[in-house]
Amino acid sequence: MPAKKHPKIESRAQNFARALQQVFGRGFGPGFWLAVVWLLIVAFCALFADWLPVRDPLDPVIANRLNGPFTSNLLGADGLGRDIFARLIHGARVSVVIGLTAVSIGMLIGGALGIIAGYFRGHFERALMAVLDVILAFPWLVLLLALVAFIGQSLFAISVAIGFLWIPAYARVARANTLSVVQREYVLAAKAMGASTSRILIKEVLPNVILPVLAYGLVAMGLVIIVESALAFLGLSVEAPQPTWGGMISEGKRHLATAVHVAVIPSVTMFLTVLSLNFVGDRLRSRFDVKESNL
Amino acid sequence: MRMLLRKLPWLIGTLLAVSFFTFMLVSLLPGDPAVLILGAGVSPEAIAALRLELGLDRPLLIRYFDWLGGALTGDLGRSPMTGQLVMDAILARLPVTVQLGLMAIVIALSIAIPLAMLSASFAGSKLDRTISGIGFALMSVPGFMMAIFLILIFAVTLGWFPATGWIPFSVSPLANLRNALLPALSLAMIELALYMRLLRTDLIDTLQQDYITLARAKGMPAWRILTRHALRPSSFSLLTVVGLQLGGVISGAIIVEEIFALPGVGRLLYQSILQRDLLMVQGIVLFIATAYVLVNFLVDLCYSLLDPRVRYAG
Repeated sequence: MPAKKHPKIESRAQNFARALQQVFGRGFGPGFWLAVVWLLIVAFCALFADWLPVRDPLDPVIANRLNGPFTSNLLGADGLGRDIFARLIHGARVSVVIGLTAVSIGMLIGGALGIIAGYFRGHFERALMAVLDVILAFPWLVLLLALVAFIGQSLFAISVAIGFLWIPAYARVARANTLSVVQREYVLAAKAMGASTSRILIKEVLPNVILPVLAYGLVAMGLVIIVESALAFLGLSVEAPQPTWGGMISEGKRHLATAVHVAVIPSVTMFLTVLSLNFVGDRLRSRFDVKESNL
Repeated sequence: MRMLLRKLPWLIGTLLAVSFFTFMLVSLLPGDPAVLILGAGVSPEAIAALRLELGLDRPLLIRYFDWLGGALTGDLGRSPMTGQLVMDAILARLPVTVQLGLMAIVIALSIAIPLAMLSASFAGSKLDRTISGIGFALMSVPGFMMAIFLILIFAVTLGWFPATGWIPFSVSPLANLRNALLPALSLAMIELALYMRLLRTDLIDTLQQDYITLARAKGMPAWRILTRHALRPSSFSLLTVVGLQLGGVISGAIIVEEIFALPGVGRLLYQSILQRDLLMVQGIVLFIATAYVLVNFLVDLCYSLLDPRVRYAG
């Protein structure tokens, strides 16, 4: 049996299982799992918003206007008498979709540019870094407002605009990691064996750069949700009547003196979501860091 | 001084690129500015006449150099919507935003530095964990949410501060501060978490140096070690981040000025975007980005003042 002859060589699946165990195995504590459960609930709501047994998020019932929680509506109704609970669940969809899309866009484009710059160096690297410097010279909201004015306010357009903001950060992380990987022996060995450039990039560089890049993913997603909600608060995210958390908070601001729950409930929901993303992301990242230092 | 000369070409290059990028970004926005100004349903002749007047018939690149030449002499054009000079509009609102930003940074630093010192000197303790935990939670709060909660607590419920409005410092310094405190606080709360986290890490690092052990051995009191020996070498990354975070402060100011109805540059930008006042948007974006680049350039130079090692190495 081949497994007995080479006991030290694990199959890909075994290797992966061991890595999973190392990452998730022990010592995360209840807070971590609480955060994970909350994120799963939010993701579930975003996916199945249309099929969940909640009221119509767009249906204004004047009689319920500004009713508090646990009255006619589970979490109360907003200034137009729309059900806040239903709006939260449908609003989760916007946050989750934009969070995932924007981070993926930033990660893919920024990561690819960073790896190419870090591997080939030269003029491309210098030009890229100069362009990134210029992009970073604009405060993020200024750049975002201009981009949104340019490409519109559809769900996809907002995702692209926010994703664009993340390209410089990801390009920097990917470039820095590529620079350190390229000097390692196994890359030199692959080169000496005559491996093609694309093979080195995909087989040797990418697997070592992808982990630190992914590790920022969750924290980045939390920031993307904050950015989207700020845009929604200014009325420049996905257009009404689609409910968004930021838009709900903005609406609730008008009723602060009379019906506090209209602003507070979406605020708390969003805070818990971003906090969970930061918490889980931070824990996972420190776990990955330990693993890296063991290499 | 030598460093200044060496970095000057880089600075000029960046500023030129920033101006070009701003110009292209705004010029490529969809919609004919002439149509936007006159509104739909105006005769094509009137639109053509206005295009001629605005110089929109000339090539893009020539318009850029024209605009840049004006910008260098402080002339950013005249808004076709309000008839106001863009530069005048910015300068009239600048004091509000600058005051807001400075107050926010001062408040954030004056809370973050002592807390980071406490945290670092009792690293790993319950106190440290509590402070870090609060900082972590603060990082998950968007600026506008902080502003709304501050309004809810201090303006709506307690009635200590006004929820909106602005009184210039020259009219009544006290009323001005009363109006500025809540907006500045909402900006500061977001920034301070980041500052605190960073300084804590650096301080813990510094506190393990040999010269700190020496200071302890000779019986120096702990607070004096922290303030005299540990703070300065730990403040480099803090300084950099304060500079870099200026972009965050400006972004926050746009939202906070809108919420508190403050007549600042951020609100002007937001309103100009809503009204599609492109020339105004262009001018404000260039102004903000230039200021941001210049401040970070100065921060770079400040290194050499703070750290003699940089000075001699350069």
